Amino acid sequence: MSSRATVGASRRVVVIQPSRGALAFNFGELWEYRELLIFLAWREVRVRYKQSALGIAWVLIQPLAAMVIFSVVFGRFAHLPSEGLPYPLFVLTGLLPWQLFGSSLTRTAGSLVANANLLTKVYFPRLIIPLAAALAGLVDFAISLILLVGALIYFGVRPGWQVLALPFFALLALLAAISVGLWLSALNVRYRDVQVALPFLVQIWLFASPVTYSVSLVPSGISRLIYNLNPMASVIQGFRWTLTGGPAPGIQLLGATALLFAILIGGLIYFRTAEKTFADVV
Amino acid sequence: MTSFAVRAEGLSKLYKLGRKRETQVALRGRVRGALRNALGRGAPQPSLWALKDVFFEVQEGEVLGIIGRNGAGKSTLLKILSRLSEPTRGRAVVNGRLGSLLEVGTGFHGELTGRENVYLNGAILGMRRGEIDRKFDQIVDFAGVEAFLDTAVKYYSSGMYVRLAFAVAAHLEPDILVVDEVLAVGDIAFQRKCLGKIGEVASEGRTVLFVSHSMPTIKSLCSRVLLIDGGRLVQDSDANSAVAAYLRTDDVPRGESIVRAGESLLGTGEARLRSAAVLDSAGKVADQLHFTELFRVKMLVETTVTIPETVVEVGISTLEGQRIATMMNTDRGGHVFELAPGLQEIVLEVDVTLLPRDYVLDIGVHHYSGATVDMVEKVTRFTVLNIAGEGGDHYRPYEVRGYVRPNTRWFDPKPSGAALPPMSKTTRKP
Repeated sequence: MSSRATVGASRRVVVIQPSRGALAFNFGELWEYRELLIFLAWREVRVRYKQSALGIAWVLIQPLAAMVIFSVVFGRFAHLPSEGLPYPLFVLTGLLPWQLFGSSLTRTAGSLVANANLLTKVYFPRLIIPLAAALAGLVDFAISLILLVGALIYFGVRPGWQVLALPFFALLALLAAISVGLWLSALNVRYRDVQVALPFLVQIWLFASPVTYSVSLVPSGISRLIYNLNPMASVIQGFRWTLTGGPAPGIQLLGATALLFAILIGGLIYFRTAEKTFADVV
Repeated sequence: MTSFAVRAEGLSKLYKLGRKRETQVALRGRVRGALRNALGRGAPQPSLWALKDVFFEVQEGEVLGIIGRNGAGKSTLLKILSRLSEPTRGRAVVNGRLGSLLEVGTGFHGELTGRENVYLNGAILGMRRGEIDRKFDQIVDFAGVEAFLDTAVKYYSSGMYVRLAFAVAAHLEPDILVVDEVLAVGDIAFQRKCLGKIGEVASEGRTVLFVSHSMPTIKSLCSRVLLIDGGRLVQDSDANSAVAAYLRTDDVPRGESIVRAGESLLGTGEARLRSAAVLDSAGKVADQLHFTELFRVKMLVETTVTIPETVVEVGISTLEGQRIATMMNTDRGGHVFELAPGLQEIVLEVDVTLLPRDYVLDIGVHHYSGATVDMVEKVTRFTVLNIAGEGGDHYRPYEVRGYVRPNTRWFDPKPSGAALPPMSKTTRKP
């Protein structure tokens, strides 16, 4: 909806008219609604583990269980190389950014449909809903860092100065989830196929990313080039590098970031076009 | 500073019909539809102007009523003004914060406590944290739930839940208040509270847009009324003449009426009224009854699941929407009904002496707990004649005053102080 809002001394004048141009984003309005963003993200976090016996502990149990299983299957049975690190630590440093991406993406993609009652009853910038869902994923991630600190101490690995870059890679993982999530959440309003296909997509994406194996297993040359088209490949490599050293992310990180921004901008445009009919279709 | 609150300049909304079904069969149908269109074989997609070229201006402090039949475009207009749906053409200017009483409880989450929900709901309705902090005590006071503030609202009684939700919405203090009474599913006390709030807001000099089917309420609250029919604004005038025009366009079916699927959208919907008919004392469908004639109301209700404790409500109203009488199967200690899945027939016999004029029936199906399953107003219309059936007593007065004639017993004039016969034993149950 194209609505210009100007905040006067006490009054705001809103003009409601058919929107023109898919690029007319209203980021000022988004900023005005920042409190709602925080409230909705907080609701996601509060509600998620209510009435579960283990509560917030689930945030730690999930990556821990995945780490154990992957370590046994890929580390113990398959003897996958782990860049000289203990395999459990190797897999955990991949799992955490992966889960930030995967769980934020899953929440974001389903967010509009899950909040259909809000869409049909109250006006606010629709972007708030997927953004709040993604932010809630960030909270889970922050808690699961406890696990990481524990593992680093247990395996006696001390990160160097590059650990300062960790927030950057975490944000990049979140950005990836938001970029793809914008597309999927808006598509899901119209085609519930998204909801059905999503777990499958996330599963495949996990194995297309260097979580359980090292990128060195991917043959260099054209296959490596194609492999690096997956932005999460660079994000996970970078994240691992900030903690354990090893191969630093190279030029492909720039490419991945550029690609993410392209997906993000495309997602914003698509979202803007689709949001006009959310309330009619959902 | 401008002095108008809302200005609509040629607002129009085109709906493509059938779109909803397309989304239900998801991508497959979409692909097939696109193919068919490309081959030039598909019929053009039917569309409907839900709103067409609507112009009006509401001044600050005005209480504007919006009336029209179901599907006339009233809700579409409110949706556009609330920015939930975008106009296809035209534009509207809204001057000030617009809040609506149809958003009661939106975003409430059962797992969160009362306190948490107040903050969350306030933020959803557009309040700042500081504003909620300031009004928090008032809200809690109004709702009367102090003792349960830190209890999850899923443990609240439905009354407490609605009171708290309403309290938040009522304290939003919008510059323009939008009320869609049609959507306000709630008990009578709750609806009365809504109306009270409207009066209060209006007396504070704020603007109110009020959609209603109740003509007496419209007449008593609104200074000006828009009549919408078929998506077009057909009259913009004072309340009395707009209501009179509405009643002329209002074609309530007479005698037996079939409720079309999708016509009724109120309530939880496990059961839907399919038809209703008035039967005369001979048991035939009738749209005219003799004065003092006993009559029956026959209803067909289609139920999807068993509803163990059902309360059926039949209301008799005037054409203006003034309720004269309400009858329920639980009256006089009557029992609740169990509605089995499928088509069920419910018949009610009514012994009431209605004065000669036209009446409509409103029919509702409710859960015993209070939630409305289905509610259709003005289902069917019938006329009570001023002549009685064979051998009966006609209605004599020249003018029809009032609505019903109670059963009475007159005592002949006697000198004052003479002893009266004893009071009749009532056969009525409480």
